[in-house]
Amino acid sequence: MTRPLLRARDLTVSFQTDGAPVRAVKRVSFEVAKGEVLAIVGESGSGKTVSSRAMIGLLPRTARIEGSAQIDETELIGLRGEAMRAVRGDRIAMVFQEPSTALDPVRTVGWQIREALQAHRRMTRRQAMARAIELLELVGIPEPAQRIRSYPHQMSGGQKQRVMIAMAIACDPEVIIADEPTTALDVTVQAQILDLLHDLRERLGTAIILITHNMGIVADLADRVAVMFRGELVEQGKAEDVFERPSHPYTQHLLSSVPYLGRERPAAMNTAAPKVENEVVLAVKDLKVYFPGRIGSPAVQAIDGVSLELRRHEILALVGESGSGKTTLGRCAVGLLPPSSGQLTVLGQSLDRIKPDVLRALRKRLGFVFQDPAASLNPRMAVGACIAEPMTVHGEGTSQSRRERVRELLEAVELPAEFASRYPHELSGGQRQRVSLARSLAMGPELLVADEPTSALDVSVQAKVLEVFVRLQHQMGFACLFITHDLAVVDLLADRIAVMKSGQLVELGTRQEVLRHPKEQYTRDLIAAVPLPDPAAQRLRQRQRRGAGLEVATS
Amino acid sequence: MAVVTPPPAPAAAPVTRVARRPGGKWYTKVPGYGLIRTTHGLQRTMLLVGLGLILLFLVAALFADFIAPYDFNQTRYLGVPFGTQQPPSADHWLGTTVGGFDVFSRVVYGARTALAVVVMAVAASIVIGVALGVVSGYLGGWLDRVLVLVTDALYAFPSLLMAIIVSIVVSSGSSSALGGMVSASLAITVIFIPQYFRVVRNATLSAKTEPFVDAARVAGSKPGRIMFRHVLPNVSQTIPVLTTLNASESILTLAALGFLGFGIEPSSAAEWGYDLNKATTSDVANGIWWTGVFPGLAIVLIVAGVTLIGESLNDVLNPLLRTRGGSTTTADEAELVEVVMAEAGDHRAPFERDDAVPPVTAAGDSRAAPGEAP
Repeated sequence: MTRPLLRARDLTVSFQTDGAPVRAVKRVSFEVAKGEVLAIVGESGSGKTVSSRAMIGLLPRTARIEGSAQIDETELIGLRGEAMRAVRGDRIAMVFQEPSTALDPVRTVGWQIREALQAHRRMTRRQAMARAIELLELVGIPEPAQRIRSYPHQMSGGQKQRVMIAMAIACDPEVIIADEPTTALDVTVQAQILDLLHDLRERLGTAIILITHNMGIVADLADRVAVMFRGELVEQGKAEDVFERPSHPYTQHLLSSVPYLGRERPAAMNTAAPKVENEVVLAVKDLKVYFPGRIGSPAVQAIDGVSLELRRHEILALVGESGSGKTTLGRCAVGLLPPSSGQLTVLGQSLDRIKPDVLRALRKRLGFVFQDPAASLNPRMAVGACIAEPMTVHGEGTSQSRRERVRELLEAVELPAEFASRYPHELSGGQRQRVSLARSLAMGPELLVADEPTSALDVSVQAKVLEVFVRLQHQMGFACLFITHDLAVVDLLADRIAVMKSGQLVELGTRQEVLRHPKEQYTRDLIAAVPLPDPAAQRLRQRQRRGAGLEVATS
Repeated sequence: MAVVTPPPAPAAAPVTRVARRPGGKWYTKVPGYGLIRTTHGLQRTMLLVGLGLILLFLVAALFADFIAPYDFNQTRYLGVPFGTQQPPSADHWLGTTVGGFDVFSRVVYGARTALAVVVMAVAASIVIGVALGVVSGYLGGWLDRVLVLVTDALYAFPSLLMAIIVSIVVSSGSSSALGGMVSASLAITVIFIPQYFRVVRNATLSAKTEPFVDAARVAGSKPGRIMFRHVLPNVSQTIPVLTTLNASESILTLAALGFLGFGIEPSSAAEWGYDLNKATTSDVANGIWWTGVFPGLAIVLIVAGVTLIGESLNDVLNPLLRTRGGSTTTADEAELVEVVMAEAGDHRAPFERDDAVPPVTAAGDSRAAPGEAP
């Protein structure tokens, strides 16, 4: 391997707090060579972002940094003011997670790229503009000479992230730190951004530190992997080695928890499922939902004529990218949102002009699991009260029998009974989501709508939540509308799959049909864009994808 | 009222360890102890000084009969008049007023009037303002629009003028002890309702879009239950701070009413504002300082006490002004260690740490050590 370009030695970061200082990163050492991609992976809060931000002085004043980080021979720790400014952007650049907040909304993208250029290079306005157009072209934005005058809100999420990358490479930095660069993006856009980063590395020889929690992205892009857990670097090595022979138990657990699109279901997910009956639990016919636009702008069409049926005991997965209308459909199904037109029949009851007390009675038989368990549990209520809430409002049983039922439910989601007296913030994300599941099952619902129930969770806890979910579905037999953007999760548990795009249904079929033999091009693209958590397999797909891309480009 | 038990830690705070031991020293059970525990440095000093000042006035108000040597409207002792405008002496520690009252006794009894009015005014404005705010914010629609319009109009009206008008309407200017106190607190209530209304309404507007409110709706909860069981506890963090700030303002309003002659009769209750008024009209120009300084000092100290509590409460309860502290092991990590260790057999070595792993029993750990609790 060539001489390391950026080297961190015993990097330790602690935060000064009201109480005792908190150590966020403990004696972390890693290095990255020219043209190399180092992926730092770990749970949220494991210190991966903090350690990379510490190197370029982007931490709040309460942080105390010890150890050393060097680029070539320049020591970065302790660098201040003008000296640090000369490094930032010029030698080390950063790409942030959320492109829509990392760009200044009141300036054109051209102005922002020019700003990045003129911060380090003496060039005229005209020169800088010409260079900005070149950069936009380099990151694959069509018609760069026109788009240079666009404001961030006029661009899509993927385009904004491309602009961020253009700003990062503006001064030919030696190292780019990409902090979850695709987490806020859809899979198909994510694939394009990963290709772009791959391409930049090949063409410019930039070293990339990629911070991510997605093992698929690691497999796609990384040469080497550093695994962080609780602020410590527990494992480091070549990507292939880490994937094939993980040595630390945490890495082993992490890799075994990652759902793998196209693989056999693990044994824990493969218990006897109840037989799907013909009785229709949820019938949607030509459903349309509009949201009124602001004054002067047209209404937004969230759902544009969708028809589908969900049968008793069935799990129907609703997949699609953001803005496809899948969440809107789920909210309509439990009466949180009125449809604009079309028919919606839930458990034999039409939701059209339903009376509030009829709807309330109907809700006894419905359950809903929300995306973010931290937000969907009332922070001021104990876990037991949260779970008992549906029974309380419907006046079900005595307080004694409710307590009994809460204990049963906690047991069903594999949590100890004493959790009933704790508050949601004392629980982990995965535990909270299991509490949320327990609450939605309190009344023994016949239909459950789960809206991205695991996308706010780290992969390593997601597996457990899904396992509990599938077991309970098999035991209780509720029909389920499972809304998600993650095809690998869908493969684990769905009976049938409905693919949505821009408010319309693209494809509907059994799991085998849709995932193994997709009929529509959009479905095929979607499947191809999911990065596989296996470097060898992913390299193969990458080559096919980029090969196909080149053909299109040259033809 | 100044002692506020802390609500369960705000959701934003990622501190996962919550001490909840059954035993402990006696002082751990004093309400507000937990709150003081969470403060540090200057903040704690401010809070303690504020609490001390308020405690002083509370004691004066409750035990005025024992502390004050004379009654607040007493002008003679054993048939002998005190004399007017007497300087401080052994008989009259702080001298006597132009009306021949004992200044010390009136200052002590004045604490009773002030605190009674503050408690009544603040309690009434919280109950009305918060309820209106939650209902208006949650339901929205025309009710919300009308209420916002009315409260904004009240804002635009000079508050002291408003207080004077209400006071005249209720008690035609001045009256008995209870009537005077009620009219003064009512006058103050009218000024404060819009403040609580607006703060709570805005917090409700953002809280009602939270998923947990949707979760309650899906569970079939009725609107009233959602508003007062789910939304209200989540918008109430700002109320203690507002309360203390309003308390000091209400003391000043009461004093101003008394000063302007719309307060309480000197014969029915002691009131600092009235005494100040009398002092400025007849005494100050003649070099008689004791009749004005002591009621004035009482007003300054009680307002300072309440304000200090308010400011430090603001620091404590506003998570944005706090840096987090406590455990380094989050509930998520604790759970993972469990799972991973179970998978790897008894393979603890990878998780041994130099800083001993804190007991994470409160942090969502199921291995609650049975022998540990006393």
